[in-house]
Amino acid sequence: MATIIVVTSGKGGVGKTTTSASFATGLAQRGYRTVVIDFDVGLRNLDLIMGCERRVVYDFVNVINNEANLNQALIRDKRVENLYILPASQTRDKEALTKEGVERVLNELKVGFDYIVCDSPAGIERGALMALYFADQALVVTNPEVSSVRDSDRILGILASRSLRAEQGDEPVKEHLVLARYAPERADRGDMLSVDDVLEILGIPLLGVIPESQTVLQSSNAGVPVILEDSSEAGAAYSDLVDRFLGKSLPHRFISTQKKGFLQRLFGGS
Amino acid sequence: MRLLDSIFRPPPSKSAALAKERLQIIVTHERGNRRNSPDYLPALKKELLEVVRKYVPIDQSQVKVHLDREDGYEVLELNITLPEEEQRVTQPRPNDGGA
Ligand SMILES: Nc1ncnc2c1ncn2[C@@H]1O[C@H](COP(=O)(O)OP(=O)(O)O)[C@@H](O)[C@H]1O
Ligand SMILES: [Mg+2]
Repeated sequence: MATIIVVTSGKGGVGKTTTSASFATGLAQRGYRTVVIDFDVGLRNLDLIMGCERRVVYDFVNVINNEANLNQALIRDKRVENLYILPASQTRDKEALTKEGVERVLNELKVGFDYIVCDSPAGIERGALMALYFADQALVVTNPEVSSVRDSDRILGILASRSLRAEQGDEPVKEHLVLARYAPERADRGDMLSVDDVLEILGIPLLGVIPESQTVLQSSNAGVPVILEDSSEAGAAYSDLVDRFLGKSLPHRFISTQKKGFLQRLFGGS
Repeated sequence: MRLLDSIFRPPPSKSAALAKERLQIIVTHERGNRRNSPDYLPALKKELLEVVRKYVPIDQSQVKVHLDREDGYEVLELNITLPEEEQRVTQPRPNDGGA
């Protein structure tokens, strides 16, 4: 039976889709049968980040409406074995994601997969609520910036009150913090909230810190999840994150500036 | 070395400290608004369940009670899912028995 993980945040543009793509890819690379679902109805994007946009025939809403079955809609990743993508619909009808429909599709997927990763849209409307409703665990993606942290706290409140687990009084959704787009030198200068600041405010366990990195943009340009760029800092940070999720204890990297020598600082060497 | 360090390194900015302080205040306030779910909710749910059960057989998972608070107003949402028709006819009305 699969574990359902929602990647959520409240705020848009913080790195949910980037994280969903790399997280799902990392799980599949490690041998787990993984499907990643785009819940952003009307604003399909995960397909582009995963590089499978030209192979989309049917989508999530088609399956909910019984216009296609899962086998027809699931896209098998060409690079990584065990990895499947269920794209979002481009329909403008947000009501298309019914609770019953989503539940039926998830139940069907649960049988054949180890992990179901739900890429949530921004906001706290239906798409976001449906993405988190059935979750067992949540990756809360946050940027070190005031509005993102506040929105994450709001989402934590919703996970604790409006998820199926909350409604049934089951064990609560397990929460993980993913601090994305982190710039250690700015945090050190006191211009940006630090890892510790965000942890202190949100009070949930830290799963990973993803540094702000040019490679993320380049890899989305190419349609390659950044975790596959294993020589890049962001890619390595996502690999660590996946390993930690699976139970390894690894130190957090890329969270502090390299200590530069006095002369280096004086003459601006890097 | 200390001295030279402090000469050549710009003083740390207070920007993040201010952000943290403002966030702590607003987040604490907003949590207060949503986490104080009134303590009558579990009892209300239990009594609702008892009342509905006099007429229709339902179980606990079919009654959902949810309180939403936004600035200045509260919405109490009750959601009771009834079973299919066929399952219902076998249930005797509570006062029909006896005598
Ligand atoms: N670690 C990062 N470093 C640099 N840019 C990033 C990083 N993570 C995300 N981005 C960029 O931020 C933008 C929004 O990312 P996306 O994953 O689509 O966010 P969301 O799904 O939360 O809206 C994209 O342009 C993406 O390339
Ligand atoms: Mg997105």
